[in-house]
Amino acid sequence: MGEIDTNPDAAAASQEEISAEISALHQEYEQARAQGAPEETSARLNFPPYRSSLLRHPTKSLHHADPEDIELHSPAFGHRDVSPLEADLTIQHGGEPIGERIVVAGRLLDAAWRPVPHQLVEVWQANAAGRYIHKRDQHPAPIDPNFTGVGRILTNAAGEYSFTTIKPAPYPWKNHHNAWRSAHIHFSLFGTDFTQRIVTQMYFPGDPLFELDPIYQSITDTAARKRLIADYDHTLSQHEWNTGYRWDIVLGGSNRTWTEQEEQ
Amino acid sequence: MDLKPTPAQTVGPFFGFALPFDGGEKLVSRSHPSAVRLHGTVYDGHGAAVPDALLEIWQADEHGRVPREEGSLHRDGYTFTGWGRTPVDSTGHYSFTTVEPGTTRAGTAPYFLLTVFARGLMDRLYTRVYLPDSPHTLEADPFLASVPERRRPTLISQRDDQGNLRFDVHLQGEHETVFLSYPNTPQVTGPVDD
Ligand SMILES: [Fe+2]
Repeated sequence: MGEIDTNPDAAAASQEEISAEISALHQEYEQARAQGAPEETSARLNFPPYRSSLLRHPTKSLHHADPEDIELHSPAFGHRDVSPLEADLTIQHGGEPIGERIVVAGRLLDAAWRPVPHQLVEVWQANAAGRYIHKRDQHPAPIDPNFTGVGRILTNAAGEYSFTTIKPAPYPWKNHHNAWRSAHIHFSLFGTDFTQRIVTQMYFPGDPLFELDPIYQSITDTAARKRLIADYDHTLSQHEWNTGYRWDIVLGGSNRTWTEQEEQ
Repeated sequence: MDLKPTPAQTVGPFFGFALPFDGGEKLVSRSHPSAVRLHGTVYDGHGAAVPDALLEIWQADEHGRVPREEGSLHRDGYTFTGWGRTPVDSTGHYSFTTVEPGTTRAGTAPYFLLTVFARGLMDRLYTRVYLPDSPHTLEADPFLASVPERRRPTLISQRDDQGNLRFDVHLQGEHETVFLSYPNTPQVTGPVDD
């Protein structure tokens, strides 16, 4: 470990070296599982193939806290916060963005199958060429003057969300030499309890970059990784207009008692 | 049977055009009679400032009431919603303008819940920012009592001469902040020292 370059933009290692590190960590996890170690349902904070994590993951165990009142609640969002127009990322400028128009839809649930209604969903992404509207993204792919790549949605009474966008492309980064991220849409989500807060990324089925991507592979558990991949859903596709993807999101469990849940 | 949770992924380096919003760091205006500044710097394991972190606070109001009002994203200047968000600047520094939370339960010390997101952080980290001025309450708080004494100061903000609250976040290192886990909140650290 001593010789790993901690500069996250060093692009020092080869893909083969990164892939070998990933498969060693996955094998280690699978062997531990076979001997009764707990299932890892999220991504590892300490995952050295993702070089940016080296100096930024906690080195000590997380300290157990019993949730107090503030942790048992989340901020409220409503139509003062989010306009319905923010759910269409293709109408934010004078013209149509370039790319494959898609609808992404699904449900926001908690671990006990309860839908999370009237809660804020934020999404952001690169354009159809893999370029972000962000001053630090300077790689040579075109900006689309008709696409910013930011949306906001409130879940409905049944916990459902839906938005219209352009399918993002993969993009290069400097974690290692010739590194490419799997195509993804970033999601930020709230539950009923602040302890359910999560930021994550949704992926598209069949991406050839999955195996090579240390961010995606920082989830050591194969079944857990697949939970980030949307399904193509033809019922969301519309004649001569868009294709569709369905992705349900499951938050951690609420720590409220049933009566506290009901009064919301 | 419970559903398995969706795993987290890093907020990445490119959230600056998407997640911050106007007034996100200003839970009350600076002219509010009880306005206080909560600020500090986020550091990595080499003690270098982290320039691409995003912080959120979520807190009770001055009387210990948990806000239920909407409107954080478009503040009206009057309603206290209890939630704020800000990116750090290029020197890793953040600043919120807010009021000090009251205690929500007798016998516990009041705190801001602080959530940290960053490039390099595969999942969000939670910590609590306690107020420094009530040593008696701090000593009596059951959660603080559960934290080893040596690490307890990482959870307590400091009051400067102007009355501001200072709270630095150390992701690693000698002064590594105590980060929290909760029941039913899956989080995977990977190998740790203790
Ligand atoms: Fe991204």
